Amino acid sequence: MSVVSGSARSSWYASLARTPGTLSLLVTVSLFVALSLAGGIRYSGFLAPQVFMNLLIDNAFLLVVAVGMTFVILTGGIDLSVGAVVAFTTVLLATLVQQHGWHPLLAMPLALLIGAAFGASMGLMIQRYRLQPFVVTLAGMFLARGAATLISVESIGIDNGFQAALAGARIPLGGGTFLSAGAAASVVVVIVATIVARYTQFGRTVYAIGGNETSAALMGLPVGHTIIRVYALSGFCAAFAGVLYTVYMLSGYSLHATGLELDAIAAVVIGGTLLSGGIGQIPGTFFGVLVLGLIQTLIVFDGTLSSWWTRIVIGFLLLAFCLLQRLLLSRKALQ
Amino acid sequence: MRRMMSRPLFWPLAALLLLLVANGLFNPGFLSLQWRDGHLYGNLIDIANRAAPLALVAMGMTLVIAVRGLDISVGAVMAIAATVAAWTITRLGAGNNGSGLLPLFAAFGAALGAATLCGLWNGLLVSKLGMQPIVATLILMVAGRGLAQLISDGQILTIYYAPYAYLGKGFLLGLPFALFVVAVIFIALQLLLNRTALGLFVRAIGENPRAAHMAGVRATTITPALYVFCGFSAGLAGLLVSSNVASADANNAGQLFELDAILAVALGGGALAGGRFSLAGSLVGTLIIQALATTIYSIGIPPQVTLMVKAVLVIAVLLLQAPRFRSQVMSLLRRPARRSA
Repeated sequence: MSVVSGSARSSWYASLARTPGTLSLLVTVSLFVALSLAGGIRYSGFLAPQVFMNLLIDNAFLLVVAVGMTFVILTGGIDLSVGAVVAFTTVLLATLVQQHGWHPLLAMPLALLIGAAFGASMGLMIQRYRLQPFVVTLAGMFLARGAATLISVESIGIDNGFQAALAGARIPLGGGTFLSAGAAASVVVVIVATIVARYTQFGRTVYAIGGNETSAALMGLPVGHTIIRVYALSGFCAAFAGVLYTVYMLSGYSLHATGLELDAIAAVVIGGTLLSGGIGQIPGTFFGVLVLGLIQTLIVFDGTLSSWWTRIVIGFLLLAFCLLQRLLLSRKALQ
Repeated sequence: MRRMMSRPLFWPLAALLLLLVANGLFNPGFLSLQWRDGHLYGNLIDIANRAAPLALVAMGMTLVIAVRGLDISVGAVMAIAATVAAWTITRLGAGNNGSGLLPLFAAFGAALGAATLCGLWNGLLVSKLGMQPIVATLILMVAGRGLAQLISDGQILTIYYAPYAYLGKGFLLGLPFALFVVAVIFIALQLLLNRTALGLFVRAIGENPRAAHMAGVRATTITPALYVFCGFSAGLAGLLVSSNVASADANNAGQLFELDAILAVALGGGALAGGRFSLAGSLVGTLIIQALATTIYSIGIPPQVTLMVKAVLVIAVLLLQAPRFRSQVMSLLRRPARRSA
């Protein structure tokens, strides 16, 4: 059919097929739109603008974690410690603010610094000693959760005035819709990350490493530094997500955000990033997180479906997208 | 001495012995064994008994890692097996008032069948579709607990059926029955791996998949089979755990087992990049993990520290395996020696 049709049509098709990332992104966006429409048809009130704002408000921390994870996965690595770092950050902030009387604005930068340093040290081990990322970050996960339980086993509630004001802050967007401060911050993170990934030397090096690490090194790109910085970035994002989570929940607990790393990886994959690295986009991850959030919202709106269906559907989506990626890659290899 | 030290099992065994002896010094009663009511009692038996489920999972994990794979769904598979067993027993209406052994075998069959299917699923994704192992098994890790909750309807299923408890709590010849389960699997695997060419094939696939393929090793059959076994052993572990606590918790059964199993393989001297593996080493690794947990409990350190100790252990073992770290340490050790010469 493509032989018969005009050259213009076959060329846009060809250019899409040549960039599997774009096609994946299109699939993700269509999935998001289709799910929204299906929800709108089945349940009244589903397409209200605030429902979509709530998607961002409830998933702000996941979005930030997933952005950091995208960079790591783009280099062909993985970071399993993010959920634990989120939990550690919530406990650290709660202890400092609640029990030691620190001002949140003082405690938050410290938490971000610790997260980045923690990520950088994992990156150092992965890069210098050629250890496998999943094992090192697994150990990091143990370490961060252990440290969190060591600080406090109990959940610590926060009643600091500034924190509470931050949690209650609403940014009106007109038409009666609003975003929370955390959701707005997460959107800013996505925009900054998109620019960093596309238009900076760091971003291009990340893609080059994922494509082929040896070639990237031979091209004279700073491969070693970039790998360490990518894990530092993921640690920073996880700590930032921890800050958002603390504000969202107004508590610190060592069992917060268990399994968050799996959700983040799922969001990245559903967003069209290849787990072997090199191909993917930050906006894709944004829609990946929204799709996960939408599934949860759909199940809540339905009311008769139990919460475990969320897990099953996410597993199914992961499978579908992995298969799609294989299909796109094999087509690319044929050309 | 030097020859002994170069044997692969030396370091893991030395670590285990050191741990046990240190415990014996702090707490003289630690190493003693007693014969009471026809059963052998003591901390050592207790450690071995508690380590049994992890030992089963670790053996499956060892073989999967040996062919450059990974199975992070084992915890979820344990939960599925436990839930299926509990569901079957409840369905068949088995109670304590003697309804025969049929429900027992039905439960075992259903649970192990489900676990084996899970393994087959993972194996097909990895081998036939060429997915990365960590991704392929991630799917089941995420969805598996959801499936288990679907079967249990979100409840913790309690099992009121005496014969089922024998698996996890019973004694045979004075020893916990669970130890016999581990021993049977271990011996069967050893025979299969060492008396046939299978062990060689597994090592070949792990060392160099392409060379193994050229040499005619059928990786597309062997690799899925190993995942199937990993699923089966995880299912068996799930049965042990649920039998021991007489209930099945879809949400928490087998939680973090995937991590402990990987740790056991690393501690036992298996290469996490594939190729070199040792089932006996992984068993020793399992015992080290359990001995460590028991030690931390018995000397009164808060149990939360266990997680951090495990983390430090993994990193230490990995660094010792890394060639670059070794050469750095060696050059640091040699430098002062040269100066003094």
